[in-house]
Amino acid sequence: TRKEILRLFYRYRDLAPQLVPLDYTNHPDVKLPYELIGSMPELKDNPFRQRIAEVFSEDGEGNMTLDDFLDMFSVLSEMAPRDLKAYYAFKIYDFNNDDFICKSDLEKTLNKLTRNELTEDEVRMVCEKVIDEADLDNDGRLSLEDFQHMIVRAPDFLSTFHIRI
Amino acid sequence: QRRPNRRQAGGRGGAKGRGRGKKPASDDEDEDEEDEAPRGRRGANRKKPAKKRGGDDEDESEDEPPKRKRGGAANKKKGGKAQDSDDDDSDVGKGKKGKKGGGRKGKKEEEEEETKGKKGDGKGKGKDKGKDKDDDKDKKKKKKKGDSSNSSEEEESMSEGEMARLMEEVEEKKKLIANIRNKPWRMQRRLKHLKEAQEFVDKFEGALGKGKGRKWYAYKVMMTKKWIKFQRDFENFRTACIPWERKIKEVESHFGSSVASYFIFLRWMYGMNLVLFGFTFGLVVIPEVLMGLPYGSIPRKTVPRAEQDTAQDYSVLMDFNGYCKYSVLFYGYYNNQRTIGVLKFRLPLSYLMVGIGTFGYSLMLVIRTMAKNADVGGGDGEDSDFTFAWKMFTSWDYLIGNAETADNKYASITTSFKESIVDEQENQKDENIHLRRFLRVLANFLITCSLGGSGYLIYFVVKRSQEFATRDDLSWYEKNEMEIVMSLLGLVCPPLFETIAELEDYHPRIALKWQLGRIFALFLGNLYTFLFALFDEVNTKLEEEQAIKNASIWAMKEYYANYSRLMNDSEATPPPMDPADVIRGPCWETAVGIEFVKLTVSDIQVSYLTILIGDFARAVIVRFLNYCWCWDLEAGFPSYGEFDISGNVLGLVFNQGMIWMGAFYAPGLVGINVLRLLSSMYYQCWAVMATNVPHERVFKASKSNNFYMGLLLLVLFLSLLPVVYTIMTLPPSFDCGPFSGKDKMFDVVMETIDLDLPAFMGTLFSYAANPGLIIPAVLLMVLAIYYLNSVSEAYQNSNMELKKKMKMARDEEKNRRNNADTTNQVMKDLEDLLPNRSLIPPDPPEPEKLPEPEPKPTKTKPGSAGKGVNLQKDVALASPNPNARAPVSRPPGPRGPGPGRGRGRGPPPR
Repeated sequence: TRKEILRLFYRYRDLAPQLVPLDYTNHPDVKLPYELIGSMPELKDNPFRQRIAEVFSEDGEGNMTLDDFLDMFSVLSEMAPRDLKAYYAFKIYDFNNDDFICKSDLEKTLNKLTRNELTEDEVRMVCEKVIDEADLDNDGRLSLEDFQHMIVRAPDFLSTFHIRI
Repeated sequence: QRRPNRRQAGGRGGAKGRGRGKKPASDDEDEDEEDEAPRGRRGANRKKPAKKRGGDDEDESEDEPPKRKRGGAANKKKGGKAQDSDDDDSDVGKGKKGKKGGGRKGKKEEEEEETKGKKGDGKGKGKDKGKDKDDDKDKKKKKKKGDSSNSSEEEESMSEGEMARLMEEVEEKKKLIANIRNKPWRMQRRLKHLKEAQEFVDKFEGALGKGKGRKWYAYKVMMTKKWIKFQRDFENFRTACIPWERKIKEVESHFGSSVASYFIFLRWMYGMNLVLFGFTFGLVVIPEVLMGLPYGSIPRKTVPRAEQDTAQDYSVLMDFNGYCKYSVLFYGYYNNQRTIGVLKFRLPLSYLMVGIGTFGYSLMLVIRTMAKNADVGGGDGEDSDFTFAWKMFTSWDYLIGNAETADNKYASITTSFKESIVDEQENQKDENIHLRRFLRVLANFLITCSLGGSGYLIYFVVKRSQEFATRDDLSWYEKNEMEIVMSLLGLVCPPLFETIAELEDYHPRIALKWQLGRIFALFLGNLYTFLFALFDEVNTKLEEEQAIKNASIWAMKEYYANYSRLMNDSEATPPPMDPADVIRGPCWETAVGIEFVKLTVSDIQVSYLTILIGDFARAVIVRFLNYCWCWDLEAGFPSYGEFDISGNVLGLVFNQGMIWMGAFYAPGLVGINVLRLLSSMYYQCWAVMATNVPHERVFKASKSNNFYMGLLLLVLFLSLLPVVYTIMTLPPSFDCGPFSGKDKMFDVVMETIDLDLPAFMGTLFSYAANPGLIIPAVLLMVLAIYYLNSVSEAYQNSNMELKKKMKMARDEEKNRRNNADTTNQVMKDLEDLLPNRSLIPPDPPEPEKLPEPEPKPTKTKPGSAGKGVNLQKDVALASPNPNARAPVSRPPGPRGPGPGRGRGRGPPPR
């Protein structure tokens, strides 16, 4: 909504008051570096913050324009539809950007989630189980279809995959 | 009046409404608007490239939620309309407007304003030139006018068919607008599409519908939006109101969901007791305190003279004798006046109703919660399919924005992964089944023995206590023997069971249930021996009462006789006897109430002390003695305590049973219980966080707490029995309590029906109580239950069937792919054998080979042939890059596309 956009704009500006002009009339080409985006309190503690920033930024480096910024929060808002969320979630978990979630992605995810507290064996086992469960076409990795098929059935995906601002 | 109107429109429709309003208005108003809308806002809106070209319309719509857009569109429509008529007006004149404007009165005003504004515009233009924005808008306005006038012409000339077509198109575009958020596009692209669609809608929508309906529509849209927003806020508010959410989350993150489930249960219990407390205090205790006779006015509200000396002693009070006994806490204090106070509050009736209502409410709540839980359980019944995947991808809560919570979340995620891993390993494990079976039988045997032993012990103690009851020279131990033995049993048996249960080696979740069941049996034995003892007591008291009743009547007569003899004046009415001196009955209800209160209080003491000593002291000792001890205390023998879920849950359940049973005889008990639950929430939370360590084998609580609920329901039912029995059959004491003087407690209802309700109601009730009516009603209910039961069974069956089908379909799909792989394997082997057939041959052998080595899989394939198409599509979608899919083992060069396909994502060639 309008109010939210405005709020987001202020938030965006607050990150770097010296960089972002108040007046966006002639849409200056401003980008905020990842360090600033990642230091937002909403993202600060998120293990996937880097991925989030990368996925939503246009250059894939985590540097965001205001548009990207708005994009990010519109996807992560409560009102965004499930499929859209699933699509971006897939991109976030796809660490190497190859359009598949493969084992290495899973391992990375898991280690980020547990801060490396699981043993090697456990990680391997969990990854195998995940692939076994969700991989419908048996190619040893999860495609977007697999991922969506799995995620739309998850009971708390919608409730956890959003950020309030 | 005009302005607020407009502003509203502006607020709703966004910039558009504002923009429109602005131009026509005079200068200062313009200024006003500017001030009100901070520059930043403008800037925020302005930054979009689309806005440059799109002007007004796009400005507002950029990426607001669809609904808003629609609202905006509707608004725009209005605006457009206004302009239409404006255009028409310019030459035709105001009178004609009525024809077109129909019912749009509000519009008319705007039109007027518009015309005025135009003039003003002309004037103002020179002034405003500096503001290029406004200029811009002006131009746009002109453009728009062109548009809208076009559409207005169209409107006149359009036939029905065109109208319909246009409508469809508009709908389509609208849908696009509404769904634009669902498209995973970049903002720029979205904006472009949105703009196009919006323009189209703007242009043609004005041509559709009638003015009045449109306004109504806009209103409706707005209202639904507001309603949704309100609902969401309300939901947020409600979740914010749930107490201890953070505490429980914290516990959960450290100890896993099973420990948390206890606390959730505790919280649920607290909620229920709070309601019960509200009922009892609001309808019974408070009225009695406020409107009833004060203390000391009648015998039942006065401490007897014999007890008065000791009535305030601490030890007496702690036994709930003395002043406690004759207070509002207990049944005996209440008077049997039919109505009390100026409000004519029918206390006895309300007492009975609250007593029954307590059970009714609890039953309803428990069953409802169970049903809800069952619902939830059914919902995630299939989660076995994706446990790990879901854990992996949905367990992180993106809302977390606090380092500490994040830590907790990490901990809890790790825990939950471990839980699942344990579950998984459990599934895979299968060892010596005979040994285990033997151990299990042995364990059950041992447990049965100890249960029997404890049962006998209780029986023995009860017998002894009945003996003791007749004697006076009792030591402290002998007086409290029963409570002590019962508490001891409660302390000793559960750990014993736990030790024995280790023999069984069940999965912790199942073990927990067994454990719960066993302790439940133990407690049940305790409870019922206690009840039987109590009933004995009640019966003796009832006999005693009969004698005392006569005695007291006789004493009363004596007193009066004495008095008149002393005064030698039979006329004078004697002063009433001092209430403290009246001989009174034993009042068994109060005695029962006292027993329950005592039991509850001692239970509280025991459980708190157990935590303090068993957990806290142990933790302190282990922690600090560890520095100077010969072995590692933390890792070795005593170590820290684990949180005993089963014991705590059962304690809670049985405590609740006590409350249910005792609440009728001691209304104050509910209050005590509320305090207890409240304090134990904090106390146990603290204790668990401070002194306990997580279970070695963390495990997930079964999602629905229906097992707990089932226990609770059973206990509720069991505690319902004695209370209803006493209400229905035993005669109430003659000189205490709200029902004194009646034959049965239940008579108070009859009395009310007879005296307070109109006569026909009485007859109605007597008809309703007729067995001729009741028996058919019961039959009907039984039939209904039977029918519903069979229906639900049928549903369950079909559900199972569907699930099976789904699973089969999935397996089949998997199998097929596997088979494709394996056939491929065969082919590969074949190729290995014939390494020279590099380019041409791989294609031909495939169709022939396929059926031969594996006849079985091919048989299944036809069955799934229908799916082939789908599958192929999947594959096509899934693999935009064929190279990425090629296995490493085969060189891509020589093979060509043939085998790649044969390797077979697609259906095998037939």
